[in-house]
Amino acid sequence: MPHINFNNNFPGIRSAMAYSPETAAPMGVLAEILLRSNDGLLAAERELIGMYVSYLNDCFYCNHSHGAIACIYLGGDTALIEQVKKDYTNAPISDELKSLLAIAAKVQQGGKFVTTEDIATAKATGATDKEIHDTVLIAATFCMFNRYVDGLATTTPTDMDSYPLRAKQIVDNGYGNHVFTNKQPI
Amino acid sequence: MAHINVEKNIPGIRSLVLFRPETGKPLYELAQVLLRGASILSEAERELIAAYVSYRNDCMFCMKSHAAAARCLFGAEKNLVDEVLNDMQQSNVSDKMKALLHIAGKVQILGKEVKPEDITAAGALGATDKEMHDTVLIAASFSMFNRYVDGLASFTPSDEAVYEEMGKRMAKGYVPPPSPKGE
Repeated sequence: MPHINFNNNFPGIRSAMAYSPETAAPMGVLAEILLRSNDGLLAAERELIGMYVSYLNDCFYCNHSHGAIACIYLGGDTALIEQVKKDYTNAPISDELKSLLAIAAKVQQGGKFVTTEDIATAKATGATDKEIHDTVLIAATFCMFNRYVDGLATTTPTDMDSYPLRAKQIVDNGYGNHVFTNKQPI
Repeated sequence: MAHINVEKNIPGIRSLVLFRPETGKPLYELAQVLLRGASILSEAERELIAAYVSYRNDCMFCMKSHAAAARCLFGAEKNLVDEVLNDMQQSNVSDKMKALLHIAGKVQILGKEVKPEDITAAGALGATDKEMHDTVLIAASFSMFNRYVDGLASFTPSDEAVYEEMGKRMAKGYVPPPSPKGE
C-alpha cells in the first residue's frame, strides 16, 4: 500500500507523477531525450541499461516496465532480456554494451565506484564520450526513478500481461505527462 | 580528471550540462521546480535535505554547494546546516524535520528501506503527504545528481570560497549555464 494518498489508482511511477505533475514534467522530458534516441546508443540499449539498473536496485515495477519496452524494440526476445539481467557477460550483445552495463552497475553502487579502468575498457570497445555520458546519466536517472517508485511504495501491478500493454503505449507515444493524462491501456 | 572530455575548469554538474545541454535543461528544470517551486517545506529545508543526502552519498561537490545554498537561505539560523551534517539526530532542527531527514536517509540507501513506521512517525510529528512526497523525491533526485557528478568524475573544487559563491547563486534559483559557443 502506498505511503501517501496519491488520489489516483495509476500503477507505479504514474501514480506519483499524477500526484505531482509539475515535478513529473521535467522527468518526462529527461526520459524522452535520454531513452528515445538512436544517436550513439540505440533506444533498445538505453532501455536495457535502465532495466538492468532497476533489477540491481530490486525495483520490480521499473525492471519489468523497461524490460517490456526493450523487448518490443528487440522483436519480442524475452530470453535475451532475462539473460542481460542474470548474466550479461555471456549474453549475445556487443562487447561495447557489456562494458557500458559494467559502468552502469558501478554507478548503481555509487558514482565513485566507476574507475578509470572501467572507462578505458569501454573506450577500447569503441564507446564514445557521449555514449559513456549517456550510460552514466541513464544509470543515475534510474537510481532516482527506482527510489521514487519504491520510496513512496507506489502500487506494483502483479498482472504480468499489463506490462507489455503499458510498454506499447510508451513505444508508440513516448514519455511525458500524457502517460497519466491519457487513458490507461488496462 | 573527468572520465569524458569536458571543459577543464568548470566545476561539477555545470561541466556536464555544458557537455550535453539537451539533458542538462530538464535536469535544471527538475531542480528548480523541486527546490524552488511550491512546497510546504521551505527552500532552506529542501536544500538541507539535498545536502544531507549528498553527504550520505559522499558527493562532496553536491554536498558543499547545496550546504552553501542552505546556509544562505536559513540566514540567521545557518548553523543548523552544519549541525545536521555533523549529527542529524543531535541537531536543533524540528522533530518533524528530523523525521523527514530520517526518511531521506532511508531513500538514499534504497526506496524499499522506507517503512510504514517511518511514515507514521513523520505524520505524527505533523508531516503532510506533500512534505513526505517532496522529501522522497528530493532524496531520490540527489541520488541521481550525486551519481551523475561523481560517476563521470567531474571537477570538484577544493577551495571552500568557491562553494560560498555558488551557494549565493543557487539560492536565487537554478538556470542552466549558457553554452560557451552562445548556442
